[in-house]
Amino acid sequence: MLQAMGARSIDDLFSPIPAEYRLERDLKVPRQMAESEIVDWFRERSRENGDSYATFLGAGAYYHYRPVIIDSLISRGEFLTAYTPYQAEISQGTLQAIFEFQTMICELTGMEVANASMYDGSTAAAEAVMMAVRLTGRRSVIIARSVHPEYREVLATYAHHQNLPLSTTAFKDNGRLNLEDLEKSITADTACVLIQSPNFFGTIEDAAAIAEIVHKNGAMLVVSIAEAVSLGIVEPPRQADVIAMEAQSFGVPLGFGGPYCGVIATREKFVRQMPGRLAGQTTDRNGKRGFVLTLATREQHIRREKATSNICTNQALVALMVNIFITIYGKVGLKELAKQNLAKTAYAAAQFGKHAKVLFPGSPRFNEFVVQTSENPYAINSRILGHKIVGGLPLKKFYPELGNAALWCCTELTTRSAIDTVVGLAAESERSVRSAKEEVEVAQ
Amino acid sequence: MPFPTDYKYTKEHEWIKADGNNATVGITSYAQESLGDIVFVDLPKPGIEITSGKTFGSVESVKAVSDLYAPVSGTVTEVNGELATAPEKINKDAHSAWMIKITLKDPAQLNSLLSAADYGKFVAEEGGK
Amino acid sequence: MTRKATRHVNQNEGLIFEKSSSGKAAWKLPPLDVPEVDTAALLGTAERKDLGNMPEVSEIEIIRHFTRLSTWNYAIDLGMYPLGSCTMKYNPRVNELVVRLEGLANGHPYQPERISQGALRIIKTLSECLIEITGMDAITLQPAAGAHGELTGLLMVRAYHESKGDPRKKILIPDSAHGTNPATAAMVGYAVENLKSNAQGMVDVAALASQMKEDVAALMLTNPNTLGVFEQEIHKIAEIMHAKGGLLYMDGANMNALVGKVRPGDFGVDVMHLNLHKTFSTPHGGGGPGSGPVAVKRKLESFLPTPVPITKPDGTLGFDYDRPQSVGRVRAFYGNFGMFVRALAYILANGPDGLRQTTEDAVLNANYIRKGLEDVYDLPYATPSMHEVVFSDKLQAKKGVKTMDIAKRLIDYGFHPYTTAFPLIVPGALMIEPTESEPKEELDLFVEAMKSIAEEVEEDPQMVLDAPHSTRVSRLDETAAARKPILRWKPGS
Repeated sequence: MLQAMGARSIDDLFSPIPAEYRLERDLKVPRQMAESEIVDWFRERSRENGDSYATFLGAGAYYHYRPVIIDSLISRGEFLTAYTPYQAEISQGTLQAIFEFQTMICELTGMEVANASMYDGSTAAAEAVMMAVRLTGRRSVIIARSVHPEYREVLATYAHHQNLPLSTTAFKDNGRLNLEDLEKSITADTACVLIQSPNFFGTIEDAAAIAEIVHKNGAMLVVSIAEAVSLGIVEPPRQADVIAMEAQSFGVPLGFGGPYCGVIATREKFVRQMPGRLAGQTTDRNGKRGFVLTLATREQHIRREKATSNICTNQALVALMVNIFITIYGKVGLKELAKQNLAKTAYAAAQFGKHAKVLFPGSPRFNEFVVQTSENPYAINSRILGHKIVGGLPLKKFYPELGNAALWCCTELTTRSAIDTVVGLAAESERSVRSAKEEVEVAQ
Repeated sequence: MPFPTDYKYTKEHEWIKADGNNATVGITSYAQESLGDIVFVDLPKPGIEITSGKTFGSVESVKAVSDLYAPVSGTVTEVNGELATAPEKINKDAHSAWMIKITLKDPAQLNSLLSAADYGKFVAEEGGK
Repeated sequence: MTRKATRHVNQNEGLIFEKSSSGKAAWKLPPLDVPEVDTAALLGTAERKDLGNMPEVSEIEIIRHFTRLSTWNYAIDLGMYPLGSCTMKYNPRVNELVVRLEGLANGHPYQPERISQGALRIIKTLSECLIEITGMDAITLQPAAGAHGELTGLLMVRAYHESKGDPRKKILIPDSAHGTNPATAAMVGYAVENLKSNAQGMVDVAALASQMKEDVAALMLTNPNTLGVFEQEIHKIAEIMHAKGGLLYMDGANMNALVGKVRPGDFGVDVMHLNLHKTFSTPHGGGGPGSGPVAVKRKLESFLPTPVPITKPDGTLGFDYDRPQSVGRVRAFYGNFGMFVRALAYILANGPDGLRQTTEDAVLNANYIRKGLEDVYDLPYATPSMHEVVFSDKLQAKKGVKTMDIAKRLIDYGFHPYTTAFPLIVPGALMIEPTESEPKEELDLFVEAMKSIAEEVEEDPQMVLDAPHSTRVSRLDETAAARKPILRWKPGS
């Protein structure tokens, strides 16, 4: 090949690189491994990563069963190794799948149009807020404090350089947004109010009541949904102007935090301000139905600095997993799946409630709840870990005012025996704290 | 291609037809041809003030967006609602598919714009490249 | 002439909703081991009554539906993608196996550090490898894709300047840059100033010297640039930026020309992003997911997104959240961990020699194609190409045939088109990047196909203008799709 090109050696081809920069040594990376060694190396890492532990963690990443055919299908080379469908004639598989995905998200969320995925729920929420700012022309944003703390951090990062003041609204003892607080803080300069439902604590917000306040002030309601499975049994916030979802629960592995699948869904009239790719239906020269990426003029590769966002890559393969998962469960299965989540959680909450305090009573919840214990939840979790179970997420670093509280999640995969074990350990913990107190009192 | 002689033109390919203190604005047939099939037009609402030389909206084809530049300063009085549902009217007849009607802030600004003949020359030079 | 592709019967398939009917099911849940609940009692008005038009189909129908759809796609597994700046290299299958190992696939991001040492070790090892490869000092793996990495990088640029008392106002961007660059600058509150390229398609150093002022925060550069050409005056470019306190940002999209041969940190780059889905073999999956780590020099380290991986005094690994100067978070959790696993597996499968050879082969392959086609297609710049080559359609345009038409005809020859109409500085561009994965046989087929199309342009241009002829659908009406968007299926349609 070199001969054909008239070059003497590979080095000739690298001559454009000034000699002073050319690397004359090997890169200091691990030596080359054979395939079997690579597999062994990662197996070790897997063992060091709590494989075969049961979990009660949720908080924006949910452990649901992934039907086998999801991986069978997405592993097909024609899906796995395909490029972005810019050349529509040879990407109809990807494009039709995206079109179906968009349709099903609309059906599930009650919105009119949905995009072909964003990076994740947190960035989808940030982008949805930016959308509302552009659409209303207003410059401040209100966020419920019961929105996922890391989502709020992401929004703060995005907003900081756009000079967008952010303020938070508190939650009440029943876990829901404080509507009086909201009434007081909303102004004529509020572009939007961002809430999450079910919120970070698992509580379902009263979206209709919130929407009324928001809309009468001329602002937009943006609702973040982190636990997508809730849509099987919980009425979606149809009064929202924009919904920013995390679809990870629908067949995407926990994978230590990513890749996940954000989606933005909204009303048709806002579509030109919506970021992210969109697949549209059209016809070819023979009148045959086909699909193309459309409304590309919103996007970075055309508008450059005037783009609605800088997003380029989306999460296509992960969105395909979501698509297949929703198709498998379908109209009936999604409801049954959600009901099982509800049942497991109701049982767990009731059992915990016999020994410790379950916070935010009095409002409907989906598959998460908060338990307040006398002992530090980290200590309790330590003991639980000994049973190869991961306990609920201690909340002190996010909500110090809740004291020794932890966020517990139950899905269809949570077993009764695991629930009984952790409740038993929590009960033990309460008993020993009580008897320690009694001893102290007796001693005094 | 003939450009209406009672219109004035800009180098950004807008046309303006003045009538006393009012005027109508659109883009030229040359512009629509370069853009290709127009799919969307983004125009200001009535009441908005536009400033000579500054952008007042944009026109989109499938693969490109072009800013619209105000030929003169003024206030928008009317917007062509037909373009919202039928932007292809611009491709069909750009010189009658008006975009906005305005009241003029300073009619003298019209004098610095190109005549049909000058615009025709300008376009011929550009197109020859 | 050997043909790479031939017509083949493929299956038709409607929308999934068109196959749906009540009563079909593809799921089964185990029986509840806890009491049933009364949904209405638990949820009250929050209860959903109707799941609308969600489909109901059987498992075999789902398998057939998606399998048939998949056969309508082109993919790397079928043949070369000559897409410039996309680096469509082979996606190793061992990556897919290791990412599915239970502890990694089912690890929850909030599980205790005690049982996360595996994931943390992967993050640490990958970070160290990428720092070594780029010649930088520190790195974040948090950004989800290249554009996200650009955003993160520019946020850090801004934070750096703010810490010095003045955020500055502008970012300089060459006119050859990818569209994400100016879009990102605007998102971070900077104005964009265009930097013209010189006659060789490279940064005009004199122009840069005059445009670089104390209100310019950074220059965003791609090197090699989007013409596939290495910026030979990079030393001067870096000097000009640094002399007035500015930073040099590098878009790492074209790292496939540099790995193991030269390191951006060594030629003056202060901050750069990488695309794991380009250079490091993670699969494109029809458009994502990607991953866009950002590597920085020491002076920007304190601004990295939170949290930062650390080694604790007892030798175990963890995350540090105490980062007062950090730009904050750019996403929840830690980044696209699944792509870290794949990228690291790729690095381990190559080792130092493999990585160097990969780069050499990538450059070799691109130049082989350049040589094969330089008599047939116009080469707008004589400068040597690295891992990609840019032609123009100037010769073919005389017959009324443009780059998009040639690209569509290439489909009939069994290839995916190259990148058309980019970079913007070359009118009618054909941007070709074969990557190191392509065997000589595939390259020869590509060169033959392109030569054959050039002949067709001379003898039968209509054949090219009406292409593709062999696909399931012919050219699609994108105008109608944009004028009257139909973005979802509706019942009764």
